[in-house]
Amino acid sequence: MSDVLLEIKGIETQFKTPDGYVHAVNGVSFDLKEGETLGVVGESGCGKSVTMLSALRLIPSPPGKTVAGEALFAGKDLLKMTNEEIRHVRGGQIAMVFQDPMTSLNPVLTIGKQIEEPLMLHLGMTKQQAQNRAAELLAMVGIPNAKDRLKDYPHQYSGGMRQRVMIAMALSCNPQILIADEPTTALDVTIQAQIMDLVKRLRDELGMAIIWITHDLGVVAGLAKRVLVMYGGFIIEESTVTDLFANPSHPYTIGLIGSLPRVDEKEHGRLYSIEGQPPVLYQKPLACPFAPRCKWAMEKCWKENPILESVSEGHRVACWVDVKTGRPR
Amino acid sequence: MTTINNNEVLLRVEDLKMHFPIFRGVLQRQVGAVHAVDGISFDVHRGETLGLVGESGCGKSTTGRAILQLYKPTAGKVIFEDTNLITLKGEDMRNMRRKMQMIFQDPYASLNPRMTVGEIVGEPLVVHNIASGKEVQDRVAHLLDTVGLNPAFSTRYPHEFSGGQRQRVGVARALALQPSFIICDEPISALDVSIQAQVVNLLEELQEQFNLTYLFIAHDLSMVRHISKRVAVMYLGVAVELAGRDDLYIEPLHPYTQALLSAVPIPDPIADASRKRVILEGDVPSPVNPPSGCRFRTRCPIAEKLCAESRPEFREVKSGHFVACHLVK
Repeated sequence: MSDVLLEIKGIETQFKTPDGYVHAVNGVSFDLKEGETLGVVGESGCGKSVTMLSALRLIPSPPGKTVAGEALFAGKDLLKMTNEEIRHVRGGQIAMVFQDPMTSLNPVLTIGKQIEEPLMLHLGMTKQQAQNRAAELLAMVGIPNAKDRLKDYPHQYSGGMRQRVMIAMALSCNPQILIADEPTTALDVTIQAQIMDLVKRLRDELGMAIIWITHDLGVVAGLAKRVLVMYGGFIIEESTVTDLFANPSHPYTIGLIGSLPRVDEKEHGRLYSIEGQPPVLYQKPLACPFAPRCKWAMEKCWKENPILESVSEGHRVACWVDVKTGRPR
Repeated sequence: MTTINNNEVLLRVEDLKMHFPIFRGVLQRQVGAVHAVDGISFDVHRGETLGLVGESGCGKSTTGRAILQLYKPTAGKVIFEDTNLITLKGEDMRNMRRKMQMIFQDPYASLNPRMTVGEIVGEPLVVHNIASGKEVQDRVAHLLDTVGLNPAFSTRYPHEFSGGQRQRVGVARALALQPSFIICDEPISALDVSIQAQVVNLLEELQEQFNLTYLFIAHDLSMVRHISKRVAVMYLGVAVELAGRDDLYIEPLHPYTQALLSAVPIPDPIADASRKRVILEGDVPSPVNPPSGCRFRTRCPIAEKLCAESRPEFREVKSGHFVACHLVK
């Protein structure tokens, strides 16, 4: 296998709230290999964004605090770096694209200025070099008349174009890893298709690794090679994308796939629905966080939290029950 | 579904137009108009669900609101049970409103945070002088039970509920006056995937129980296919295609529908990879100055000279399958 680029080990992050500490991420570990596209799926509050933000030390503190874990990038722990060092990694070697292109751009600066800034800061380019590179980047993400449009302000761009600008900015310093946090959620489907197409093209051209965070299993199916499914601040299933859809092994994953209608569906029966609500984690779960909503739950599920265990090559699941037989593993 | 298909028309929309004026300058003269809905016609049959899909800004929500006379339409007719709503005034309109209700998109913004759930659900009954005192409480308890909430929750405030539960409150409020027609304006798009299925299943159960007719407005094409009997597709203020669910999804005729459907990700990597994708260029034009002729021609992969010259008629090309395109034979 190819080399490991980023290694996340046992990250735990908590947020202080008036009602107590919320345990958002409770020990998440995974690897990202060179050039790989990893999908991270889960519902709101499952900890998928917080895990990535913790690794890059972008959690506002207070109220947030990463209390344990390591994030090894090129042999160095991002969590122990000095502010100067981590700033160099962020935007340089690891870049991020966020969900909302409307609020991620500064409305009073021109698009050009915002793209040029990291180029001058990280790569030490001159103003002139940065301007030329910015025009190239805009053209690369498919914005027509790139050179003229550098002078425009964010409000003169549409939502899809702003997200292209965000991607151009993220790619400006040739990152090894692109972390995309729900980048297409705020966009219409036809624009989402454009952006996904763009990301796939750029991935093939530039060979960077991508972590794509989303709640949309459809997006993951079209883009990722490997998928992590998160629930209650844990990874509950990890698999290649084909195997995840062919053999989902965690009751939550099964429920999630079953609750999605498909645009190519032929039968129109009732949707499978997972009863109840996702948990709010005021305590670190000691039992399986999904047990209250799980129809397979046994006594053990209420007492002990299952760890990720291999069920087949490259497929791991955290569940005490073998859902195929309904018996304990 | 067991609904009897008698094709009785409950609601007929004829050439409905909704233009919002734009005022400029010191004298606030009208300098133009946003052509949000620009001539749309369709029928809704009793007991069916008609899906209304399109991307943001296409006018689907405006259509819904103009039908309920929440806006005063610029032109056209809205005929509900043989009465043209546009000419109705005062008390007559108030009485009509009992039969038509709406479920809103945002379960956080559409419930008054200072009212208890009991007051929210009971308010329509009081406003329309249908019940008072103890009877309101009884009816509210019954309604909450119908939508799967504990009747004891009626003294709680909206912030004490999760998104899915709030949407159930919104559904209970819509049902309070025993309407025959409900407009569901993106009722699930603010909810998590596993909660979406719960709410959609609830809507389907209620439809069977009370023989409700839905106009289901959404941008999620998979969900619309699941819940609707017929589907209308809108683009920039006009309907481009309307057909039975399976006809539309299996054999879309309009180039926009084809592109839209091909852009929807399928949660299945194998099915997703084997599809033909049509990726549209650019963005939706501004509804202030919509393109001449066919609205879609600026992004249409097959547009011809004729498309810029005349507006295609919305015509029935097959039984029950309407399309507005010059190039569809």
